[in-house]
Amino acid sequence: MFLKMMKYRFAVSEFARYDRAGMVLCLLGLLFVAFGCLLISQDAAAADGRTKSVSPLDEKNPLSNLWSGFYYAKKETKAMQLDDFGNPGSFYVEEGAELWKKKVGAQGKSCASCHKDASVSMKEAGVRYPVYFAPLDRMINLEQRINLCRQDFQKEKKFEYETRELLALTAFVRAQSRGMPVRVKITGPAKPYYEKGKAFYYQRRGQLDMSCAHCHENNYGKSLRSNLLSQGHANGFPTYRLKWQKLGSLHRRFRGCNKQVRAKPYAYGSEAYVNLELYLNWRGSGLEVETPAVRN
Amino acid sequence: MRFRFLKSGSCGCVKTLSWQRSLVNGACFLVLVTFVILAFISTNALIAAETGSETEENGLVKFQIINLIHSKSIQHSLSGKPGNPKRGEALMVNRKKGNCIACHGLDVFAEKAKTKPNIYADMGEIGPSLNGIAGRYQEGELRLLLVDAKQIFPDTIMPAFYRIERFTRVDDPFLNKPILKPQEIEDILSFLMKQK
Ligand code: HEC
Ligand code: HEC
Ligand code: HEC
Repeated sequence: MFLKMMKYRFAVSEFARYDRAGMVLCLLGLLFVAFGCLLISQDAAAADGRTKSVSPLDEKNPLSNLWSGFYYAKKETKAMQLDDFGNPGSFYVEEGAELWKKKVGAQGKSCASCHKDASVSMKEAGVRYPVYFAPLDRMINLEQRINLCRQDFQKEKKFEYETRELLALTAFVRAQSRGMPVRVKITGPAKPYYEKGKAFYYQRRGQLDMSCAHCHENNYGKSLRSNLLSQGHANGFPTYRLKWQKLGSLHRRFRGCNKQVRAKPYAYGSEAYVNLELYLNWRGSGLEVETPAVRN
Repeated sequence: MRFRFLKSGSCGCVKTLSWQRSLVNGACFLVLVTFVILAFISTNALIAAETGSETEENGLVKFQIINLIHSKSIQHSLSGKPGNPKRGEALMVNRKKGNCIACHGLDVFAEKAKTKPNIYADMGEIGPSLNGIAGRYQEGELRLLLVDAKQIFPDTIMPAFYRIERFTRVDDPFLNKPILKPQEIEDILSFLMKQK
């Protein structure tokens, strides 16, 4: 009887001991997994330029930490961008998707006839443009590339800048690169255009005599009257601006920033602006494409 | 001519006794000093003539920048009249005029923002606070700072409020026009001089 009891007690205590060890192991495992998850999620947050800054791809970049304009936007504006259903820019992207499939011209060709699935064929375009285009011997941006296809391949009249159609198609094409880091090429034939864009950026202009750098390089993060200045990046364009109450191109923003220092703006699609667009995308190389972004 | 006279006196080309020679020399010296003083007075008169509210060919009033080693300044009122600080204050918050508060803070304005937020709120933080500015600069220096801040801070973002040259691509409505008029500069200046 005594022996039996001993055995029994032994078994109980043994069981309890194993159980405790198992529980400790299990807890340790859980902790490990949780920690791993935390690390991974932090890593993911580190790379977006919206909650944590990103390092520029090119070390010659005058900015050592890149921040998307998102970071400086108002709280409600941020929420609007993040919510795909509440983002007013997504209506344009949907319209662009319709236009992508629409057959036009004598041969009845749509963009999709040649490019098929945009999520595959257009994945890179939004991060690479503007690019050097040999037949014209200059840089072209996305809007101009789309119009070339329209004129050369669909034999249709080009869409004017800031028309709903061109904004929608551009937003649709660039949205395919959403989340991918901007990476423009400034070497080879693009080099002289990059230099021109850079010179434009640092040129004081207008009656107020300021260069882009005075606001977006020397004073970002500070408020200029009611505006909190950002680094002035191009990664979210075409962008839905609450002030405009519509989607707008990067060149519209350039014109606004020129006019606000009382400088004569350049034409939409002008070479001066396309070169500036190249330079600005180089400054923002490393930031994710956010098209269609929402800004104040 | 006077120099030659003086020289000839001392080198002895004119044969005289030594006391006579020193008398001639002394007289020459006196004439020279008077000449220098006269010249000085006449240039000063020139400076005075350049100030006031005369206009130059480019349409701006004339002013002269005094460039001393430790301080650059414009000593005379651009309009020839004193400024009105009340008007100056209104110009400083006006977005189309001085718009100084786009970049500068000032406690007096922050206080007023509590009751009139639409006029005084949203002060910027690009430039230093203007609290006690009259203690840091003399009036003439502040006048130059308003006319063309780049004369003092070459790389500054602060606009030149009374200049029309050396600009790039000024938009048509603003071409060949300074941001502020001479009297407006004086008005703002008089407000700044009260910030002790
Ligand atoms: C007087 C100051 C000022 C100057 C000079 C200026 N900007 Fe801006 N810019 C702003 C303000 C204010 C905004 C809106 C808030 C923000 O994003 O900074 C803005 C926004 C932008 C944006 C949109 C950023 C985004 O995330 O949507 C771009 C791009 C831009 N500016 C480019 C330029 C370029 C290029 C120049 C030179 C031609 C320039 N800016 C000159 C004040 C300025
Ligand atoms: C007849 C066939 C055809 C049609 C229709 C067409 N494209 Fe293209 N597209 C091309 C070709 C070919 C290229 C490559 C041209 C080159 O590299 O010089 C191209 C290039 C592009 C590029 C650049 C892609 C990149 O990664 O560099 C974009 C963007 C584009 N097309 C958009 C459109 C849009 C939007 C439409 C509809 C409005 C359209 N295309 C209609 C044939 C077509
Ligand atoms: C676009 C921004 C901007 C505007 C507008 C502006 N300033 Fe400035 N101001 C500055 C900055 C920045 C400095 C500091 C100098 C520098 O750039 O290093 C400065 C310097 C000054 C100083 C010298 C301050 C000190 O402590 O040394 C005074 C005084 C001044 N500003 C007055 C004005 C007045 C008055 C106006 C309006 C008529 C005005 N500013 C408009 C940006 C601005």
